[in-house]
Amino acid sequence: MSTRKKVLWGIGAAVIVVYCLFPIAWIVSVSLKAPSDLSNESFLPSQVTWENYELILTGSASDLFLPALRNSFGICLIATAISCLLAMFAAYAIARLDFPGKKLILSTALAVAIFPVISIVTPLFNLWRNIGLYDTWPGLVIPYLSLTLPISIWTMSAFFREIPWEMEQAAQVDGATTWQAFRKVIVPLAAPGVFTTAIIAFFIAWNDFIYGISLTSTEAARPVPAALGLFTGASQFEEPTGAISAAAVIVTIPVVVLVLLFQRRIVAGLTNGAVKG
Amino acid sequence: MASIEMKNIVKQYGDGFPAVNDVSLDIADGEFMILVGPSGCGKSTLLRMIVGLEDITSGDMVIGGKRVNDLAPRDRNLSMVFQNYALYPHMTVFENIAFPLRLAKTPDDEVRRKVEEASDVLELKEHLERKPANLSGGQRQRVAMGRAIVRDAEAFLFDEPLSNLDAKLRGQMRTEISRLQRRLGITTVYVTHDQTEAMTLGDRVCVLRKGKIQQVASPRELYEQPVNLFVAGFIGSPPMNFLPATPEGNRLKTPFGDIELDEKRAAAVAGHDLLLVGIRPEYFEDATLVDEAKRPVGSTFRARVDVTEWLGDSQYAYIPYDAPDSIRAQLRDLSKELDSEELRTQAIVSIDATSRIREGREAEFWLDSRKVHVFDPETGDNLTRDAEAGAELTRLANEDRLEQMEDSHAGSRADEGQVRTGGATAVGS
Repeated sequence: MSTRKKVLWGIGAAVIVVYCLFPIAWIVSVSLKAPSDLSNESFLPSQVTWENYELILTGSASDLFLPALRNSFGICLIATAISCLLAMFAAYAIARLDFPGKKLILSTALAVAIFPVISIVTPLFNLWRNIGLYDTWPGLVIPYLSLTLPISIWTMSAFFREIPWEMEQAAQVDGATTWQAFRKVIVPLAAPGVFTTAIIAFFIAWNDFIYGISLTSTEAARPVPAALGLFTGASQFEEPTGAISAAAVIVTIPVVVLVLLFQRRIVAGLTNGAVKG
Repeated sequence: MASIEMKNIVKQYGDGFPAVNDVSLDIADGEFMILVGPSGCGKSTLLRMIVGLEDITSGDMVIGGKRVNDLAPRDRNLSMVFQNYALYPHMTVFENIAFPLRLAKTPDDEVRRKVEEASDVLELKEHLERKPANLSGGQRQRVAMGRAIVRDAEAFLFDEPLSNLDAKLRGQMRTEISRLQRRLGITTVYVTHDQTEAMTLGDRVCVLRKGKIQQVASPRELYEQPVNLFVAGFIGSPPMNFLPATPEGNRLKTPFGDIELDEKRAAAVAGHDLLLVGIRPEYFEDATLVDEAKRPVGSTFRARVDVTEWLGDSQYAYIPYDAPDSIRAQLRDLSKELDSEELRTQAIVSIDATSRIREGREAEFWLDSRKVHVFDPETGDNLTRDAEAGAELTRLANEDRLEQMEDSHAGSRADEGQVRTGGATAVGS
């Protein structure tokens, strides 16, 4: 690559990075501004203050924020775990077995994934109230599964398909039951796929707003995105912008941590050396 | 250790295509059996039916006196080496080899002892803690074999284990496998399409064609008394030459002059108008280099040489000849079936490396007519096959095998060191 090309590529990359990260930087900056400082018409706060963080973590908004954080973590982790487990079995079957209706399952999964959430929410609201799932953790876990399962099945079946059949057959000849072959050989090999899927599924559940706001009413099950929308300022004349920004920053942290933790595992190529390369 | 008996084994796929068609084969305890044939002949399918990875449509599979048709692979106690090795990439070499033992819930100290034994045999000791990804092709191959020999399996199954190695390594591993099998004395079924492997490794070789057994015999019998055109053409490299011939009394008229047959063979070929004579390349010789004493047992002819190939220890000459259209078409079909593409009708003859025969010139050749075979071009049957002589060859091979096995059992401790250091016999293929 010539120097000129390199420079152009560098500039292009910088533009994209700034474009993507600018809103985040802005939110961080806003979260560090005092309420009176919000309209100071400059990007940086005139004085850095942790007031907003105190407000949501220990102050008056903590009643709203902390339970929501707990709910979000709990519900999203449960939904992710269930969807990964189910998707693993489904994807394994889809990748390995030849059964009638295989195409149907895959296309149904896709159809569910593209179905607009907003059209389901109202009937679900009524149904949940009638059967007592309204404002409970299971009441959110179940709809989150409908969001995360299709994409999980699709991603994982792609990963399973890449694992050579012989791995499993070798394990069976070596004396493993189908279940042992799956658990000791296939699952470890599919681990990068499982982690990738888990992270995607977690994000989808974590980011959901519509189900969160519609199917909950109290801190018993309300997740963070919904709670953010309910923040109020110290008085009715004050915008809670600073508190919302602080909460948004806090909510972003687990996502970043997750990606940093697992990015090595996400890198595929674990099957190197399994078969002749 | 166990014998394997197959009775009328059939494998039919969903579309009704019989990949394996009525195969009956007995493999004796401790025998090294080779399944060989061109691609698509059903040899791998047959192997996978033995191990249980493929369902058997009909027939009986009996291993060690027990019918195993409905047993899962894990209950058959066989071990298998796959073509692509199928090592577990997330485990170390040690754990790879130990895997079958771990599944059998073997105590830790026994696992360690057995894995170390196996890695000693295969010289993998210094690699035990590495992952398969960091090993060379030959080392991976050895790990796969280690996984097979570490437990006391009834039989070893190999599915083209050497086809992913380069030629030199293949030769080495071939002798290694042979030595290992003799030493352990375990029944072995080995699938290959490489006839060098088939000839050098097998006690007996089973030649398959389109899912049917053509001939099961010792390599020598296959080579000297092939049952039909297919076996004759498949075994031997360079392949047997097939010349069109018309019988006239005791003589066969061929493009390379007349060949005289003895009474018995002349009677066997009587009543046919058109025949195929099968002559191995080494039955030919440069006429000027033939011993006077040998001359009378063959015939001489003159022909123009198209190409010669000098290889140092041997030399090949290519001699084109004319054949009737029907024969030409049939030879083309045969070569296609044998996975080769023969474009012209030509004979490959092996002549002495010192011969001065030149390309493009006419030269005189001598042809040993004692061992030629005559085939019926329509059915492909070998009309001059001497079944008794063939059976005798296989019987002798079997005696050799039993003797060797006894020797190796008696002296398995004594010659341990010798076994390990003997790598000098390795040859490229």
